[in-house]
Amino acid sequence: MSAYWHCFSGIVMREWLRFVLQRTRLLSALVRPLLWLLVFAAGFRAALGIAIIAPYDTYIPYEVYIVPGLACMILLFNGMQGSLSMVYDREMGSMRVLLTSPLPRAFLLASKLLATSLISLLQVYAFLAIAWLYGVQPPAMGLLLALPALLLVALMLSALGLLLSNAIRQLENFAGVMNFVIFPMFFLSSALYPLWKMLEASPWLYWLCAVNPFTQGVELVRFALYGQFNALAMAVCVGLTLVFALLAVWTFNPQHAVLRKAN
Amino acid sequence: MNALEVSDLSFAYGAREALRQINFSVPAGHFAALLGPNGAGKSTLIALLTRLYDVQRGEIHVGGQSLRASPRQALRQLGVVFQQSTLDLDLSIEQNLRYHLALHGMSRRQGSARIDAELARQQLTQRRHEPVRNLNGGHRRRVEIARALLHEPRLLLLDEPSVGLDPASRQALGQHIRQLCREQGISVFWTTHLLDEVQPSDDLLIVHQGRLVASGRAEDVSLEHGGNLGSAFHRLTASGAAA
Repeated sequence: MSAYWHCFSGIVMREWLRFVLQRTRLLSALVRPLLWLLVFAAGFRAALGIAIIAPYDTYIPYEVYIVPGLACMILLFNGMQGSLSMVYDREMGSMRVLLTSPLPRAFLLASKLLATSLISLLQVYAFLAIAWLYGVQPPAMGLLLALPALLLVALMLSALGLLLSNAIRQLENFAGVMNFVIFPMFFLSSALYPLWKMLEASPWLYWLCAVNPFTQGVELVRFALYGQFNALAMAVCVGLTLVFALLAVWTFNPQHAVLRKAN
Repeated sequence: MNALEVSDLSFAYGAREALRQINFSVPAGHFAALLGPNGAGKSTLIALLTRLYDVQRGEIHVGGQSLRASPRQALRQLGVVFQQSTLDLDLSIEQNLRYHLALHGMSRRQGSARIDAELARQQLTQRRHEPVRNLNGGHRRRVEIARALLHEPRLLLLDEPSVGLDPASRQALGQHIRQLCREQGISVFWTTHLLDEVQPSDDLLIVHQGRLVASGRAEDVSLEHGGNLGSAFHRLTASGAAA
């Protein structure tokens, strides 16, 4: 058992060191959500009125509404980017070293997903700290309760990213992932607007948003940030994380990709 | 016991056959060079030996352990230096080595003595805290060799390790690995497409179009097929020679 622990902690330590040593990574991870918060949200504050909806117990400014969605946006970008590199680095680079470990491949992949998710949490909390200074201040207990919710969402999105990268050959660069995965998932969710607004606009858009796993992730984090538990979102996120992770590990075989190209 | 044994190994990318019924072994303490032109099947063989690809037909045994049936036991006995550098450039030499030990399930305490010993052997002790990015190509290769030897494998597999090195570094690398082989009794499997990296006393395997077209002591293969290694290689790998 200790061999597994040493291996897992080594993988986490490597991700941590890379995170600490590549300072621009943190900066670039923060620029995107901060632009949304400081520019987009400020501009749209007047245009978008938010009614009182759970988990909020009062009217809230738009900036408050979009912070959970932006926190999850960091997880979405990191998860997709990390998983894509796991697939396309496997024939060269660090993934080859990882795969020559004698420990089971499923364990190595799960450890890698968990390690990158933990590092993403650091970026999310850096963002939440800046948002706090800007005036978006969830209760302190909420910030603590959001930790497991954020970790679960990070794992779900990383596993989904790995599964999609395994399955779809066309997703061979980050631009493809942005256009076909990240943007649709982000915009067809409750990250930027509550679902009832979508329902007013179009019922089928509403349903697309409602079945989007990212919506459930955002709602899980939103409720946790305000000290509440969203059972439906939790059930969906736990279930999908398990399904995505199992399928991602099962389909992660460099040979499949090579043979698919050959056929 | 042989350090590496490959029996009836075949592999196909869909309809295209990349390896066909490859049979060879590398005895303990031997230096074996796998020589072949580009596209001969060397990379496929390396991908199979390192478990990147699953064996479709045939068997691979490392230190007597089947890669198919007991992959964990087999991989424990294998140290690999890949053609392209797989080091984390921003991490220090020591951090790279510690990561490798962790992947083999070893604690910091267990690994420290091994790291000290390998760094001393590669003459890198003084630079252990430097980022790999600061090292030249030859020294980076040494770090990769130190890393591959950390878990004390029986077989060291080097996939075209001299790619990107200047002639002096190439020569030094070859000497260094042969010395390891002689003094430590480690078996070495070295792939290359450069004839001058093969010495007469090496075990030589020549692949062409996915088939093993010659094997034996390099000087014997040379004598049998043309007098010197260059002419033997050209004769054996002339188009269609394997057909």
